[in-house]
Amino acid sequence: MTIITIATAMLDYDFMRNAFAAAGVAAIVSGLVGYFLVLRGQTFAGHALSHIGFAGATGAVLIGVASIWGLVGFTVAAGIGMGLLGERLSGRDVAIGVVLALALGFGLLFLHYYTAFATQATALLFGNVLAVDRSTIGTLAGLGLITLAALAAIMRPLIFASLQPELAEAKGVPLRFVSTAFLAIVALAVSECAQIVGILLVFALMVGPPATAQRLVTGLWSGMLLSAVLALAEAWVGIAIAYDTDWPVSFCIATLSALGYFLTRGFRPRQGAT
Amino acid sequence: MNVIELDRVTVDIGGRSVLADACLAIKRGEFIGVLGPNGAGKTTLMRTILGLLTPSAGRLRVFGRAPQRGDPQIGYVPQVRTLLPDLRVRGFDFIASSVRGERWGVPSLTLADRTMIEKTLATVGAHDLAARPLADMSGGERQRLLLAQALIGEPQLLLLDEPLISLDYRYQETVIDLVRRFARERNITVLFSAHELNQLIGALDRVLYLGNGHVALGTVAEVVTAPVLSQLYGADIEVVRADGHIFVLSRGRDVERSPHMHDDGHGGHDHGDHDHGGHDHHHHRHGHA
Repeated sequence: MTIITIATAMLDYDFMRNAFAAAGVAAIVSGLVGYFLVLRGQTFAGHALSHIGFAGATGAVLIGVASIWGLVGFTVAAGIGMGLLGERLSGRDVAIGVVLALALGFGLLFLHYYTAFATQATALLFGNVLAVDRSTIGTLAGLGLITLAALAAIMRPLIFASLQPELAEAKGVPLRFVSTAFLAIVALAVSECAQIVGILLVFALMVGPPATAQRLVTGLWSGMLLSAVLALAEAWVGIAIAYDTDWPVSFCIATLSALGYFLTRGFRPRQGAT
Repeated sequence: MNVIELDRVTVDIGGRSVLADACLAIKRGEFIGVLGPNGAGKTTLMRTILGLLTPSAGRLRVFGRAPQRGDPQIGYVPQVRTLLPDLRVRGFDFIASSVRGERWGVPSLTLADRTMIEKTLATVGAHDLAARPLADMSGGERQRLLLAQALIGEPQLLLLDEPLISLDYRYQETVIDLVRRFARERNITVLFSAHELNQLIGALDRVLYLGNGHVALGTVAEVVTAPVLSQLYGADIEVVRADGHIFVLSRGRDVERSPHMHDDGHGGHDHGDHDHGGHDHHHHRHGHA
């Protein structure tokens, strides 16, 4: 049997086609937004947002709303809050740690009252891309477009402020606004990404691919592009492996992400003269 | 024409007057060495000229008008450089980020922008840095890159805040010569802050000493004297001239070791912890006595 026949058989299934479509959208958004997250050294903020999203997602399920809207609502609000509170809080602050624990605690409480659905917890925490339906793909695509449009709108001052904050401020870049808008964008990307790999594994698509890309190339555009391509490849190959082996999809994606990162860690890109 | 004019300007930061009633005028094309102990207001003066800080009293004129934030006529090398430790972005893209970096939208460079960046990199001898990631550069190489960036776009005024920090001695001379030549060829005004007067003596037209909220601007012969510096430092200062070098020594209370305040301690603007690359930044020494 060749790979092609396996692939054709795989794509005969509706749920597999949905999984590839949803993962594709989320991976590209995650790879692009994640590139800036890693560039700015704010990966911890991404982690924090996903945890806070857990409370939102479970809260939404409890009151009968689709979990993604709870995720989006909570993470965007938290992202804006973190941005407004300033640089210090979006970093590795004790306060963030306490808020994270509180958010996960609330998530647990909401799940506790939503007794009918224990699998919901697993799906939220570790993702369940094989259960994605058509309407969710539409939602993901719409959110993805909004996320990327917002990213494009602030990209230039975002790069300037990330690389040289003091100079950017002197040249008139509103630092606080840019960092707040960026965290709101990260929040949207986290919500998308969590639909695929789950809240606990958003790093697999948002940090692994961009960190790998930054080991391999040093250009901004080439880095962004490679990050998106890697995220997409890891998501799709991960799903294919899961189909073949019956291992959980998120495990496969997380493994590929880690493999990519560690294999390229010692890599030095070739340079002009020296 | 005066490029910078301060008329009884007071700048308060965190309840302290970093500049008090300061008056000075700097003419076009002058190379001004800015000196004074840490916390004396060197960075504050530059940030005020950039329009990032507003004087609480007095009148400040830059190019004959109130300072404008983001003025393209000003090239700036900030002192506090928050550089991400593992920045794997190449030198060219790092510099390019500042080209119209304050505008919204997706970044794009015209062919003219690229040529301009390449040309400026060549001017400071940093052509080889274009393709290398920042993380692999030494402190001196990064500094060269930042200097190149300040020169992009035909600035009329250069504000260089401690550009010699983290450079080895040999390259410090090169940077001073480079700035001097670049500025003289184009009749650009330069404010160059430093810790060491002697290095700058050959390059500067006038020297601006700051201390205790006061400023003293004039030739080295006028300003670097025991009475003037004693007043600025608020301590007995002795000035010894020997072999073309000037040593500023303090007796009695040692101003160099007095409790030190950071230049960059402007309120509400947190840069986080930064060490200055292990350089002796906390003691202000002109003399090696």
